[in-house]
Amino acid sequence: MGGVRVVPVGECACLVEVGDAVAAASLAAWARASGLVAEEIVPAATTVLFDGCDPAAVEAALPPMDRESLSDSGPSVRLQVTYDGPDLERVADHWGCSTDEVVERHTATDFTSLFCGFAPGFAYLGGLPAHLTVPRLESPRPRVEPGSVALADRWCGIYPTASPGGWLVIGTTEATLWDARRESPALLAPGTRVRFEVAP
Amino acid sequence: MSVEVLDPGPLSTLQDLGRTGWAHLGVARAGALDRGAAALARRLVGGAPDDAVVETTIGGIVLRTGRAVTLAVTGARCDVRVGRHQVAHGAPVTVPAGAVVTVGAALVGVRSYVAVAGGIDVEPVLGSRSTDTLAWVGPPRLAAGQVLALGSPGRWPEPPAAVVVRPREAVLRLRPGPRADWLAPGAWAALHGTTYAVAPDSDRIGLRLAGPRVERRAGELPSEGMVLGAVQLPPSGQPVVFLADHPPTGGYPVVAVVEDADLDLCAQLRPGDPVVLRTA
Repeated sequence: MGGVRVVPVGECACLVEVGDAVAAASLAAWARASGLVAEEIVPAATTVLFDGCDPAAVEAALPPMDRESLSDSGPSVRLQVTYDGPDLERVADHWGCSTDEVVERHTATDFTSLFCGFAPGFAYLGGLPAHLTVPRLESPRPRVEPGSVALADRWCGIYPTASPGGWLVIGTTEATLWDARRESPALLAPGTRVRFEVAP
Repeated sequence: MSVEVLDPGPLSTLQDLGRTGWAHLGVARAGALDRGAAALARRLVGGAPDDAVVETTIGGIVLRTGRAVTLAVTGARCDVRVGRHQVAHGAPVTVPAGAVVTVGAALVGVRSYVAVAGGIDVEPVLGSRSTDTLAWVGPPRLAAGQVLALGSPGRWPEPPAAVVVRPREAVLRLRPGPRADWLAPGAWAALHGTTYAVAPDSDRIGLRLAGPRVERRAGELPSEGMVLGAVQLPPSGQPVVFLADHPPTGGYPVVAVVEDADLDLCAQLRPGDPVVLRTA
């Protein structure tokens, strides 16, 4: 695999550095599909952690990188959103457009869940172009409601449960993002493709 | 067959070996913090390796048996009473029906483990009966009045009669972590032999160390996967050792990883206790 670095983490884990989140999600999906032996395979922003494995075996098995493979593989989900979030105007200011145009751009974007973190089922959805980056709130809200659809940096995320949060909230969805009793507990597991639409 | 919780103490949870295979969805592994002590408690009652046991925190727990059961208390040393009578710590004890079992406050260490023959039978969540205190995945923390069902005992070999547990030296051995290159020149060498104090906000998520500031490059990493025993170095320069309920990803550099064999010790260190770091 060109341009990657394998960094040992203790005796039975390693981090594979791949450069970006799309490459990380793609490598993690490949590793799962190929049955590579590890207790945990955790994609993140620029790395994949293989934990509970033989690091040498992971390094030997790494495939040639095919960055285009991810978009074809995952399931796809459509989520209905009521665009009434408290930060919709703020996002419009950052993007230099109207709030209607924020909704148009958000619903026109093909998102992919690249990794989870922060809370069970909280997915980092990539797909927004670099010029639509937004900052986090200067001080996080003590409580963000479950189902809040929010933006930070180049990411879109949806809060699965109520929690403190500093992302800019643009709307709400009624979808259940996390349910430990479901066969797939996270609706937006890494690799899932996501489109948003305006709730009727 | 059941056991009732009369008083859960400050924090009592159920723990087995934890849940693996869910970190990529943001779920912590959980599981008993002092794995050796929990395993010993299970063995003493003839339990299976993954039976759920009770983990107490400093203050102990009071239980009442629904029928005669065999139980064992291990981990943090404490008085164990059945009714008014003191019974052994670290040995199987058969308790009659309707007896009040008092696991006292920890005299040494933090977390005691109570195993009951047959194991505690609550519904597993994502394949485990462990409570994760980070996102509260798994059964809720134990509450007064809660009745815990028990499984059927006797499927496993007879337990050992008694066990000697040697006290451990308060030493954590460190290997270089994946971001050891974030340390300032000389900082790795300076860790060796240095004594830190356990900070009061240590918990099942992490053992926080207070002491000489460890210097490193400024900034944060893009979020990356974290392992059990990872030593994160926040900008404060005060290291944090990630324990069972650690977040699966994080953005502070992991400059070291604690030897797996030393993690049980982390479960039993009290706020203010000294701990010596040793680099490999």
